[in-house]
Amino acid sequence: MKKVLVIISLLVATVVNAQSKFEDAMTRGLGQLKDAKTASDLTDVSSFFERVGDAEKTQWLPYYYAALSLYRSAWVDKSADKDKIADKCKDFITKAQVIENNADLYCLVQQVVILQLMVDPMSRWQTYGALAKDALADATKADPTNPRIYYLQGMTTFNTPEAYGGGKALAKPMFQKSVDLFKTYVPKPFYPDWGKEDAEKMLEQCK
Amino acid sequence: MHPTSKWLFTFLMVLVVANLAAQTRVSGIVKDNHGRVIKGVTISIKNSYDGGASDSTGKFSFKCYDKGLQTIIAKSIGYKTVQQPIVLSGTPLTVNFSLHEEINELTAVTVTAGSFEAGDKKRAATVLNSLDVVTVGGANGDITNALKTLPGAQQVGEQEGLFVRGGTGYETKQFIDGTMVANPYGASVPDIASRGRFSPFLFKGTVFSTGGYSAQYGQALSSAVILETIDLPESSQASASVSSVFVGGGLQELAKNKKSSWGINYGYTNLALYFALVPQGPAYFHLPEFHSLDANFRIKTKKGGMIKYYTTFGASNIGIRRPNIDSSLLNNAYGIINYNWYNNLSWREYLGKGWHMNLGSSFSINTDKINLQIQNQLNQRAFTNISYIDSINTAITSHQDLSQVKAVFEKKLSGISAIRFGGEYWYGTVKSIVKDTNHLLTDNFASLFSEADIYLTNDLAAKIGVRGEYSSQVNQFNVAPRLSLAYKTGAHSQMSAAYGQFYQKPENTYYYYGNQNLGYVKATHYLLNYMRTTTLQTFRLEAFYKQYDNLIETPPTYQFDNKGSGYAQGVELFWRDKKTIKDLDYWFSYSYLDTKRQFDKYPSQLAPTFAAKHTASLVVKKFFTKLNTGFNFTYSYASGRPYYYFQSVGNKYTVGDEGTTKDYNTFGCSVNYLTKIKKSFVVFVASVTNVFNSSNVYGYNYNHNGTYKAEINPPAPRFFFLGAFISWGVDRRQDAINNNL
Repeated sequence: MKKVLVIISLLVATVVNAQSKFEDAMTRGLGQLKDAKTASDLTDVSSFFERVGDAEKTQWLPYYYAALSLYRSAWVDKSADKDKIADKCKDFITKAQVIENNADLYCLVQQVVILQLMVDPMSRWQTYGALAKDALADATKADPTNPRIYYLQGMTTFNTPEAYGGGKALAKPMFQKSVDLFKTYVPKPFYPDWGKEDAEKMLEQCK
Repeated sequence: MHPTSKWLFTFLMVLVVANLAAQTRVSGIVKDNHGRVIKGVTISIKNSYDGGASDSTGKFSFKCYDKGLQTIIAKSIGYKTVQQPIVLSGTPLTVNFSLHEEINELTAVTVTAGSFEAGDKKRAATVLNSLDVVTVGGANGDITNALKTLPGAQQVGEQEGLFVRGGTGYETKQFIDGTMVANPYGASVPDIASRGRFSPFLFKGTVFSTGGYSAQYGQALSSAVILETIDLPESSQASASVSSVFVGGGLQELAKNKKSSWGINYGYTNLALYFALVPQGPAYFHLPEFHSLDANFRIKTKKGGMIKYYTTFGASNIGIRRPNIDSSLLNNAYGIINYNWYNNLSWREYLGKGWHMNLGSSFSINTDKINLQIQNQLNQRAFTNISYIDSINTAITSHQDLSQVKAVFEKKLSGISAIRFGGEYWYGTVKSIVKDTNHLLTDNFASLFSEADIYLTNDLAAKIGVRGEYSSQVNQFNVAPRLSLAYKTGAHSQMSAAYGQFYQKPENTYYYYGNQNLGYVKATHYLLNYMRTTTLQTFRLEAFYKQYDNLIETPPTYQFDNKGSGYAQGVELFWRDKKTIKDLDYWFSYSYLDTKRQFDKYPSQLAPTFAAKHTASLVVKKFFTKLNTGFNFTYSYASGRPYYYFQSVGNKYTVGDEGTTKDYNTFGCSVNYLTKIKKSFVVFVASVTNVFNSSNVYGYNYNHNGTYKAEINPPAPRFFFLGAFISWGVDRRQDAINNNL
């Protein structure tokens, strides 16, 4: 009986340990992401999530955050090679999409594409603009209730001059929709939970 | 202990023990195979979260909690992943990595000698895309005019065509989706260049090769302009344009499933109003008038290939009257009516197992009715009984048709190496009536070619090709080897060298004077190129030597021969920068050219009339996002070009008079303003060529005995353009995002 108990306890411990190990790692990584200030902080966080993703193999979240942190590092470090970073981000996203394909990953695709577009907007908007649009269309198809879709859509519109079919007036309902959806949006543990304040702030700017 | 608490204790112990493995510090440095440090490489222990990343000095250091035999992995995008066993025991370890670059299309060296490639395949600072073409100040949206701002091309304005590195306009050929375009330019009158027939917006990629190009292309001695049409449009759209010289409208419909599209456009150009406002040098008895109609469809195939069809029909009528150079009482009246129909059908498909297929075909017909008449002051046909004046009276009707098919197969080998082979067949006829004499030229032309792209490493590549041709008109075979090498000298820089032989059939006009026993004209190119590119900057330096053989001589006896020869050598520089100043894009090009040739009437090797020693262009474009306005300026300079009077002495020509024109200067500018009016998007364009009114001389025309010469000038010192381009529907520009994101 004792032996059985020990074996069971060992098994349970391993499972619980593995489970909590992943959760610990996610908690730790998300904490680091929140505190990250410099580009190198962000690339370290990305590298950490990459290792978690590689070790877990069945979790899409680490890859999502590996890409997100790296993506953010490209904005912090102005001299970064944005194309190279984007390639790496896309590599993470592809790995995540093999495990699970969802609106948040498509949203991230859009963000990465915009990052590349910004390298040379005048000559890239035709190709990358279309890719960005396709990514948000895919995201909407996957989950039309994801508030980040409308926030990103709003950002693109907001930053596009009126003469090009953008502007505050057009962006406002998009931010409004995002803010409305955020009110009822409850992410699962460790799921992407950014954008609420950004959407509210942008909506304020549109008024 | 209570059994339960004992169970709990065991459980806790297991947890603690599992987490309390001894730590091992692992550190090291990551370099590439050239010994350069690499940052951002992820180092990890397989199946564990432990690891780190290399910093900007290539160093990494981290703690491991696992013990025993493990696998350590170093990986970074663009490099081959390295794994190696490692024993973790608690004592600090040093592990250094050397990563090998993966052969990758984005980072590999490209064979660039001779060519300017545009398109976003490589993401490098592309040289010219369609938007660049329309925003070159003074180019008025003409591809050829925009290409003239690149090194290698001459500032020739008195005839159409690109005069590249000492070559004539005839030596440059345009290729659309693989097949040669027989009549890329509209019909023209003497001494005034006409515009190209194709809108820059038709093309997604342009390669302007000024030498050493691929064995896939032939029948162009000096240069190839390789144009790739766009695939599916991004959205359905209706468009209209109104300007000082033309009106037009079009529709582009994209199917809901985004798998196919069709489009149609019509344009009408009439310079009557414009010429009424802006006086022109020559008098027009038929003001230039052009109709153009084009249509297209594009279908995406199941396997992701594309079938594309494009057709354009053009009709034009121009009549111009200039004073006769020998008599102040007479005028030369030149009238040309032109009809042109061009069709291009291509199919690109992936065949599986690394095989790609590119099929191209084109069919074109072109009719010119030229009437050159001596007229008196009442604009009536006049006869003088003076042979050198009356002989100007000429009527030429020329009907050309050309059908082409081309097939290219490509097989990807290991890495990104590839072999390519294929062939093409042309059938062309030229029926002409010159001064009431019929001429018929028929040509069956076939070629076979084969080419290999060999990537020895990411840093060293070779392109080896050979091309064989047979033309029934020339009745000769030719074999032309081509070879290029490229070596990457740094992360952003490379050197390339190229060698190639090029053959071309003699121009059709030589056959107007009876059957001529003429062979191919030949050029041999040697190029050396250094290029440094980053995403927003390009620096390019190229030196070349070109040997011309078997050029055609046209002595006064009309016994034409292939005994001409010549050479061209020079150095060219190009610098483009979009980085230094935000929203400012500029490029500078300079060409030094030393060339001489004996051909045509040239009795010995002379610097040709279309070659300036020094040519330079500065193109500046600045876009003000807040104003939605772009300003574009282009300054071009060319040193004086030679001119000659060839006097016929017996059965030979001699140089009766010669000289050099003054330097050529032109400064063009344009302004684009983008706005939204109700639901339509409008781009207003205003442009002026030669803002500072420089009086330019392209060359001289001589009278019958060389005692008097007259300047060849542009028809008007300046060209003004004012237009509005309107589009409806989901506008592409919606996707344009400004820089504040």
